This record gives sequence, structure tokens and C-alpha cells, in this order.
Amino acid sequence: MTQIFGEFIEALPPTEEYLTISFSPSSNARNLRWSNYGLSADFLGDYFATFFPGPSDQTDALGKQEVIKSSVSYIANELLENAIQHSDLSAESPIHISLYLYDTRLVFVVSNSATESKVKRYIEFIQKLLTSDIDQLYTQQLEKTALGYGGSHMGLLTMINDYAARFGWKFEASLSQPEIVKVVVMAHLDV
Amino acid sequence: MEITTKDYSVWYDPEKATVFFKGFLRLDGMEAYQPIINVLNIAAENGSVITLDMKNLEFLNSSGISMLSMFVVSLRNKGNVGLVLKGSNKVLWQTKSLRNLQRLMPSISLELG
Repeated sequence: MTQIFGEFIEALPPTEEYLTISFSPSSNARNLRWSNYGLSADFLGDYFATFFPGPSDQTDALGKQEVIKSSVSYIANELLENAIQHSDLSAESPIHISLYLYDTRLVFVVSNSATESKVKRYIEFIQKLLTSDIDQLYTQQLEKTALGYGGSHMGLLTMINDYAARFGWKFEASLSQPEIVKVVVMAHLDV
Repeated sequence: MEITTKDYSVWYDPEKATVFFKGFLRLDGMEAYQPIINVLNIAAENGSVITLDMKNLEFLNSSGISMLSMFVVSLRNKGNVGLVLKGSNKVLWQTKSLRNLQRLMPSISLELG
């Protein structure tokens, strides 16, 4: 069974500028690899920033290049952290992150495999997200996380509220392993 | 009191009643931030107004933002400690996310320079 939520485009239009990085998740190496995920996010930021104009003469404001670099780095890092934290390592399936550049937007696509129970809780939150006032939900979840309750989805909420990213999700049950669900997260960032 | 790794430094200067942050903070979940929360709590015990100087903190992941929100709420609950957040308008995440902490404690003084 396949479920789709939000702004998910099944077949993205072709573009000449795109990049994909793949990881093979392993619980043993998680601590060692954690910093590599950050490095990969920074690399994506640096790489895609080169397609935008460099620093202007205005020294008191952030230039376009710096905004793209930092936004891509933050969003890619959060998407990777989420994918790694929620991946089912026993499924032994890789995590992929792709970034596509279009005239007016960047599209991030991240895929991983997760257990049915994790996906169920995630979908419940997505449904809440899609029907809530984002500003109110942000404050509510920030308060929740501050009081020590986990699962506050602050990563997702900061990307939407602070960076104006728009999201789409696809959940696809695996035919060979029914308890494993392939999760594809799509984030759109206007540039 | 100081925590220094190859990616970041966090240190408390009691004379300035300030906790300084520098580098890239993207630790693996809230639990990994506990040593930094400990530094913040020590600072909160020792001053009536404390400053978090994040001008040189180039990156903070959402778990780090959650850590800050947890600290802000602990100060709010104490009721007698003021908080100043110093940031840079040259660091994007600070321009995007720092002001949201005022939702938890409107009396926070935010200085983006």
C-alpha cells in the first residue's frame, strides 16, 4: 500500500543540476559516522551555493550565496538526522539524499526504510501538521520539548517555520518485508 | 568550565556571567547535549542575569535548539534569573531561529549584531 501526503511529486522534472549521496546505515558505526552526515550536509550547501551570486557590497546583510549554503546545510542535516534516527537497521537498506536545482527552487529527496510502528506515529504527526496552524503547533511543540517530552519533531517544524520549506511524503510498504516501509521525504525550498 | 572538541567549544566565564559558544554543534539527540546543559545550569546558579553569546556558533541542529528551549523553560520556572541572547545577523540560523525562544520567555533580551 502506498500513502502520499503534502506536496509530493512522483516524477520530478529533469534538471541538469542534481546530486545524490548514499549511506549504508550501521548501528556499530553510528557514533563514528554521525559527523560524516554533517559534513555531507555542509558539502551539499557549499556545492549548491556556487550556482548563486556571491557576496554583494552590502556588508551588513547575508548574501544570497551564504543564505543558500546555510539553508541547504541546515535542511540536509535535519533530513539526514531524521532518516538515520528512524531507519530500521535490520532492513539493511541504504539512506539516499538527493538535491535538485530548478530555476526558482531546490528540491530535497531523502529515502530510508522504517518499521511499520514508527511510520504509524510519523503519519499521525504529519496529519496533525497538515491540519494545524503551524505557528501555534511550533510553540506547542517547543514547549513540549522544553519540558523533556521526546518526539517533538522540532527538526521538521524548524525547517517549515524558520526556513519556509514545504514538505511531501510517500510511504510504500515493502512487498518482500511487509513490516518494513520505504519512506520518501520531499522538501521544497524556494530560492 | 569548558568543553572543547574539534567541532565546537562551550565555556563559562563567571566574571562576565556569560556562556560562550563557538563552532558547529550537531550532536546526536538531546541526551548528547547533557554536558552542555550542565554548563548552562551552573551559569544559572551563579548570576541574576546570564548571557549566552552565540555569535561564533555557526551551526546548531534542532536537538540543540531543543536544548536551548529546555534551558529557557528552566530559567522561566526559576523566575529570578534574566537571560540575554547574543547572536550575529551574519549567521543564518541565528536570524531564523533564536527569536523563537522568546515564545517561551518573552523577557529574553535578544541582541543580534
